[in-house]
Parts: sequence; C-alpha cells; structure tokens
Amino acid sequence: MAFEKTLTQNVGNPDALTVAGYKKNGGYTALEAALKMEPDAITQAVKDSGLRGRGGAGFPAGMKWSFIPKIDKPKYLVCNADESEPGTFKDRLLMEYDPHQLIEGCAICCRAVGANTTYIYIRGEYTKAARILEDAIREAYQAGILGDSVMGSGWKLDMYVHMGAGAYICGEETGMLESLEGKRGQPRVKPPFPAVVGAFGCPTVINNVETLCNVPHILNRGAAWFKGIGTDERNTGPKLYAVSGHVERPGTYELPLGITFDELLEVCGGMYKGGTLKAFIPGGASAPILKASESHLKMDFDTLAKAGSMLGSAAVIVMDETTCMVRAASRLAKFFAHESCGQCTPCREGTNWMEIILHRIEAGHGHPNDADLLYSVSKNVGGNSLCALGDAAIGPVRSLVEKFRDEIEQHIREHACPVPVRRYFAAAA
Amino acid sequence: MSATAEQTASVAELALAELPDAAKAEIAEIRKRYPTAQAALLPALHIAQRNFDGWLAEPVIAAVAAELGLPVSTVYGVVTFYDLYHLKPVGRHRIRVCNNLSCQLRGAEEILDAMRAELGVGEDEVTDDGRCSYVHFECLGSCDTAPMMMIDDDYHENLTPESAREIVRGLK
Repeated sequence: MAFEKTLTQNVGNPDALTVAGYKKNGGYTALEAALKMEPDAITQAVKDSGLRGRGGAGFPAGMKWSFIPKIDKPKYLVCNADESEPGTFKDRLLMEYDPHQLIEGCAICCRAVGANTTYIYIRGEYTKAARILEDAIREAYQAGILGDSVMGSGWKLDMYVHMGAGAYICGEETGMLESLEGKRGQPRVKPPFPAVVGAFGCPTVINNVETLCNVPHILNRGAAWFKGIGTDERNTGPKLYAVSGHVERPGTYELPLGITFDELLEVCGGMYKGGTLKAFIPGGASAPILKASESHLKMDFDTLAKAGSMLGSAAVIVMDETTCMVRAASRLAKFFAHESCGQCTPCREGTNWMEIILHRIEAGHGHPNDADLLYSVSKNVGGNSLCALGDAAIGPVRSLVEKFRDEIEQHIREHACPVPVRRYFAAAA
Repeated sequence: MSATAEQTASVAELALAELPDAAKAEIAEIRKRYPTAQAALLPALHIAQRNFDGWLAEPVIAAVAAELGLPVSTVYGVVTFYDLYHLKPVGRHRIRVCNNLSCQLRGAEEILDAMRAELGVGEDEVTDDGRCSYVHFECLGSCDTAPMMMIDDDYHENLTPESAREIVRGLK
C-alpha cells in the first residue's frame, strides 16, 4: 500500500537524533510557527484536524486541551509514554528513532495550554528510549529550543523524563499522576478531571506519545491534510499499527486510520508460515477478541466500537488455527490479575477469579457451568471500578465466552485442552 | 503528605544504609525538577537500587526515606507496588523473559524452559555464584521481535532457546 509516511519518516535515519538532523526534514518549524500564533489558534487547529488520542481511549486531543482553565496556576503536560498494553510497541519506536518530533509536539501543546513544564512519564523498562530522549532534551536545551526562552521567544519551557518502575496501571492517566507524585499508582476518583486538578493539584494535559507526535505535522501541513486521511471526519489521520503474533512480518506500520484488517495482514506479509487466521485482537490486550470472519472490518475507532471491540492502542495480535483461545485468554487474564492495583474490590477480586477459572478450564479441571460463571464474574467487574482496568480485563474474557464458547465447553467435556501445545523451535540436539 | 514527628522518629530508630555521596547529589539534582520532594521518590529508588546490588534492603529504603524527608512506611508502600523494585537479593544480572500473549505466540515458553535448564534454578531464585536470576515478565513492548528478554537494561530479541542460552552463558 503506497502511503507517504509522516510520523515514521525518520525511522532508520540516525541523523534525526540530533537537532540539526531533525531540522533537515522540517523539524522545529511547526514550533517556530506556533510561537507566533495565538495559543487558542493552536488548539483550534488540532480540533479542526479531528486528531483523537492514540493511547487507547480515542478522546479528541484538541478538546482535551481546551478544558485547561485559563487561571493563574502552574499548568503541566504529562506525556504518557508508559506504553504497557500487551501487544503495543509503537511509542517506543517513535521515541527511539525520532525523539525531537516528540519534544516538538510536547512544546507546541504546552504553548497552546499555557504550560511551562512537561514530564514525559516513560515506563521503567524503556531504558534505551529514556536515554535517547534525555540526550535529545539536553541538546534541545543547548540549542535554545527548551529552557528560559524557547527559540528566543522569551517563553519558558522545561522538559523532563520521569521513569516509572513497572506497573501497567500507571498508564491510566490518574494512576500516572499519582506515580509522578511519587506514590503508589492507584487511580483517582474523577471528577475532578486532570484538566482541572492534575499533577500537583494543578491543571494538567495528559497525552500519548503518538498523539503528540502528530501535532507538528498538523501545524505544518494543515488540518485539511490530516482530515484527508482516514475513514471519515471522526476517524482521521495517519495511524501506527503495531502487529504481532502469527504474521510473517510483525512490526509497526504507519497507514491511514481505517484500513481493514485484511489489508493490514497483507502489508505484514500474510499469516506466519502460511497458517490460517483464527482470531485477532485489534487494539491490545484490553480489546475484545474478533473472529476471522470479522477480518473485513475497518481498523478505526468507530467501526471497531460498533463491532463490540475497540481500536485501543492499535496493537494487533494475530492468532492462527494452532492457537488455543482458552489458553490465550487465560494468559491475558493473568496479566490483568497481576496488574490490578487492588483498590477496588470488583476489579481486584474479579480479575483474580477470571484468571483462576480460565486456568482450571485450560488445565482440564473446568466445572460444567464455568462459561456462565466467567460471564457472570465479568458482569460484576465491568463498570464497577474507579478506572478502566476492570473494563479492560473483561474484554478478552467476555469475547471468549461469546465467540468461542464451544472451545470452552470442549475443554470441560474432555477434561483436557484439545489443542496441542505448539513447539516453535526444534528440540536442541 | 508530610511526616509527623512520630513517623520521623521511627526513621531514626531504623538502621540506615549510607547512600554514596554521588547518589545523594544525583537525588538532590533530580529533586529540583518537581514541586514536591515525594515526586523524586521513584527516581531516587532507582538510584538507590543501582547503588546497592540491584535490590532495596530495609536500611536502604530507610535511607531514601530520610533523604527525601518521607515516612518509611510511605516509601515501603511505593516499593512494594512496583515490579522493578526488589525486596530481596537478585542476581548480578537480572533476566526478564516476556511471556505475555504476543511472545507466547512465538515460543516464549520454550525460552523460559531454556532459562530453567541453563541456570538450574527456579524463577526469582539466584544462581549459586550470584550471577543471574530470571523471572517471566509482562509485556516489554517488543512484540514484533518476539520471543524476547531483557537482561539488566538491554533487550535481546528474536530469540531461539539456543541463542538465549548463549547470551546467558556470556554474562560475567
């Protein structure tokens, strides 16, 4: 598929790690322009583009910015670089190959909302990306792009990398704020929303890495260009799809938002070793599983929501006919049970029980009514906790019961997993 | 959250590790980035852990608490929340094998088997020579190069059981 890459234009270009190299491809011209614009006009341009958050929730970015009150208090941008949704690895690519694109996006956002400090909250495991970002930030300070007078404008902006320490829940925006403040990453009660009471009690914008990386291009090329890409006016712009699992060429692919799964699979070289598609997860571990018969669907926010799943982080996990769906769902359930922060009972207990039930079904010890029990537990978790982790955790479980109930029942009836465990490597000599 | 007199007193009663001057300076520098001292806690714990064999013994936790003027209980609560802080000794090299779904779909369990065979210890145990410890880990964001593992700060990707064993054999 011929598509001009924007967000990933510098991937594979080591020059882009330096200010001079980044500027060669038009870098920092958008920030220069933004410094001459009315802050509200920047926000309006982002609104006009239709840019929706690339972290998972798909909330309109410009609207989020416009919620920041114009009051005399410090304001913050927290860039969500805590990429931890299983299957997701696109933000790491953006940070490792094009750190200045992110710095520029952050700076423009700060200018629009009147923030003077950015914290890039990056997961603790991303040590390489953090080092690259820190080096780039240091050079940006030296070049006068950050610091007391951004590009000579007299406007001050500080930017820091803040490393997490291994907790998925810190990708939830208020869990992230708690963690940034040096606490356990347990999500807050909302309202108040972070736009009003965020980091250190002050108005705060929280945006995903990919979301912010889009911003310089929107200013450079215009909202109309951005809106010209995508399915419709609610699903616009270029999108990074992170594809893994049973495909020939797993990787991060920049494509128009809303290509179909079938098209995406083709771009990835088709199924791994010529296998047959059985199921796929379109948006990371939280997204309900889709069957092979749904592969014609457009991979955008609204189409996938209508199909009962979600685009999420556009982390696409592909599974072929050798995959035991109970085993796959059981692994995801284990993840959510491990990552539940524990403060809300339905999520803490429910994720644990979903893991236990799925594990016993897979092990051949399932009880006759376990499919219904799973469904009932999921109903008691969904919508009953402070943050979205509980809702995320029921995604794979509920879709398993709805779409692969026969597989669950076969496990229970035969007191064993009917799918042989696949060996991927020849036994060592 | 500020420490009450009683909480601060309890810090004095605990054995305190001595943070190296360089670590103290690093923490002081990072402290300037935030409006509160507690915000420097996660970075400070990373620094402390680097300076004390990769784990956080109670005297080290108490030293970090004292350095930032926080109750030890608060710091302990934070340490126990996050997967990358360790409350017991770890190997000189910490091996984390991702076995979340994407890696599992490309053979992660066979990499874990290889670790078990190569190191002769169970998960989260340290080899007799103190060289290594390994654990299975949640998604490390490298699903396109599955199966993969992280050793200390570095990613090792597109593994086979044999290449994983060779990498581990090469660790000093």
